[in-house]
Amino acid sequence: MDNLFFNEEHTMLVKMVRNFANSEIAPIVQDMDKKGKIPKEIISQMAELGLMGIPISKEYGGAGMDTVAYAAAVMEIAKVDASVAITMAAHTSLGSLPIAIAGTDEQKKKYLPRLASGEILGAFGLTEPSAGSDAGSTKTTAELDGDEYVINGGKIFITNSSIAGLLTITTNIIEHGENKGIGALIVETDNPGLKIGPKEKKMGWRASDTRQLFFENMRVPKENLLGQPTEGFKTFLKTLTGGRISLAALSCGTAEGAYQKALQYSTERKAFGKEIHKFQAIGFKLADMATEIEAAKLLTFHAAWMKDQGRDVTKQAAMAKLFASETAMRVTTEAIQIHGGYGYVKEYDVERFFRDAKILEIGEGTSEIQRIIISRELIKTFSKVA
Amino acid sequence: MNICVLIKQVPGSEAQFNVSGDGSWIQETELPYEMNESDNYALEEALQIREQKGAGEVVIVSLGPDRCQKVIREALAKGADRAIHINADAPYNTDPYSIASALANAVKDERFDLVLSGLQSDDLGFGQTGVILGEMLGMTTATLVVGTEVQEGKIKVKRELEAGWFQWQTMDLPASLAIQSGLNTPRYPSLKGIMTAKKKEIKKLNFVDICNVDELQSFAGLSVQHAEKQTEMIEGNIDQIVNRLVDVFKNEIRIN
Repeated sequence: MDNLFFNEEHTMLVKMVRNFANSEIAPIVQDMDKKGKIPKEIISQMAELGLMGIPISKEYGGAGMDTVAYAAAVMEIAKVDASVAITMAAHTSLGSLPIAIAGTDEQKKKYLPRLASGEILGAFGLTEPSAGSDAGSTKTTAELDGDEYVINGGKIFITNSSIAGLLTITTNIIEHGENKGIGALIVETDNPGLKIGPKEKKMGWRASDTRQLFFENMRVPKENLLGQPTEGFKTFLKTLTGGRISLAALSCGTAEGAYQKALQYSTERKAFGKEIHKFQAIGFKLADMATEIEAAKLLTFHAAWMKDQGRDVTKQAAMAKLFASETAMRVTTEAIQIHGGYGYVKEYDVERFFRDAKILEIGEGTSEIQRIIISRELIKTFSKVA
Repeated sequence: MNICVLIKQVPGSEAQFNVSGDGSWIQETELPYEMNESDNYALEEALQIREQKGAGEVVIVSLGPDRCQKVIREALAKGADRAIHINADAPYNTDPYSIASALANAVKDERFDLVLSGLQSDDLGFGQTGVILGEMLGMTTATLVVGTEVQEGKIKVKRELEAGWFQWQTMDLPASLAIQSGLNTPRYPSLKGIMTAKKKEIKKLNFVDICNVDELQSFAGLSVQHAEKQTEMIEGNIDQIVNRLVDVFKNEIRIN
């Protein structure tokens, strides 16, 4: 991995993030999981180190690093804690990048420096009770009234929603009685028309902030429209596929974190007079886990590298996300099995990795959606050849 | 306030060592290398002093082969301004006196107010280089430093003595201080620091060009004690074999 995809800066970044995660996050992981909250200091320390704006250009206060660097940082944090990793990834991939990709100069100047410096967190609202990957079924409406859009509707499962300073939401854009199609609007979270629901009681990612949003005649200035509806929105959604790379990286980190715990345990725990890794049943499990993690990392970094080359990563990002998330589920399951009964109690951490893994097969497009995307891409290229 | 920090690259604490074939050194390939631990604290102290004073430079000086660039870049990423790399290839000079004299020649025109070094290197651990260098440059010197307070033309240092005792000492500047681990919290390099490290100047010198003294001590060799296994084939008739076995059990393995 190091030599194939990493340059000197990547290697330094990985070392720094690994040290940070092990020294600052690891000691409080169980406490965060129990309390369902990430201390503000962790996020502000990350902001100070530049981790909240890795792929945002220097012009707007980011680090101006590439997708490989961003994926590597998400992966290192996820090896220790998925909740912190998703807070950073949702802020960056969903809260900041859409503005960097589709925003006007004014929008970029106004919002990106605050996001990239970590002064405020970003969030993205797409999912509704009956719309997620099927964005076309979005029910939320934004009706133009003078210089403002009046928004009604709501969103569910929104990461970072109560700690964010800025939201980007998808909505039907209605102008002069005509539905122009689905577009995106930037909403500052101190908007009086925004109501934020209570924290969801989730299986995993316990310390990550996930809530429901309600919009009641929420008024947003016209200039907050992000990109253009109809044509523009399709392109806009496509640029978001890059976000799947960060979920793939998060999956690799979750898998590796659990695998490292299992490997360690297998060298300490003895049964029938020898360390359990010496039993083929355990040794083969470890071999499979390590091999699958290596494959998932290669897919992830390859997709990231392709994105950095400016190439279309629709298929590669979906493949990386699909394989890495399913690897995380398998590896965390086996990590518990290797721990036996100890794996089922919270003290040994693999229990948390297992709970944190399941959402990876669901968020940012379920495994089923990824397979739809991949198969569509396969047919597309096949038709081109024929 | 211009500060020089001596930084050495040493094998990481988790490294597994093997002696090289001719017993002259360790096998270096695949060894993980890190910044010497106490040097990291010396660097942090230097950065904090510069921040307090609001002006001046922190200059890294490192002696060793090309791989040292890694720890030099790391120090630059944390905020040091520039570096001097004294290239020294294997076989490594392990004599603190000639190393200090090369360092002295490298920095003699720099007019540093402070030279900070780690208390000792985690590989050889002589703990002499910073003190000898200080003497060569005509500086006041102190070791086991666990606290600093810069004053007008002077520096007050806290030194760690035995049995939980500490000593405060005020010294004239310029001074060379050997820093004990744990006196501060070393920072992480920020992404901005990592991205700008490459653009900072690293002046390159060659050890052989700037070392003008003979070694006072040299390295004789390395060895590891091995437990040896011996197999003895007992031959002869049954009586001879049994007698020899009983002898081994009684007198060599000592089974009672």
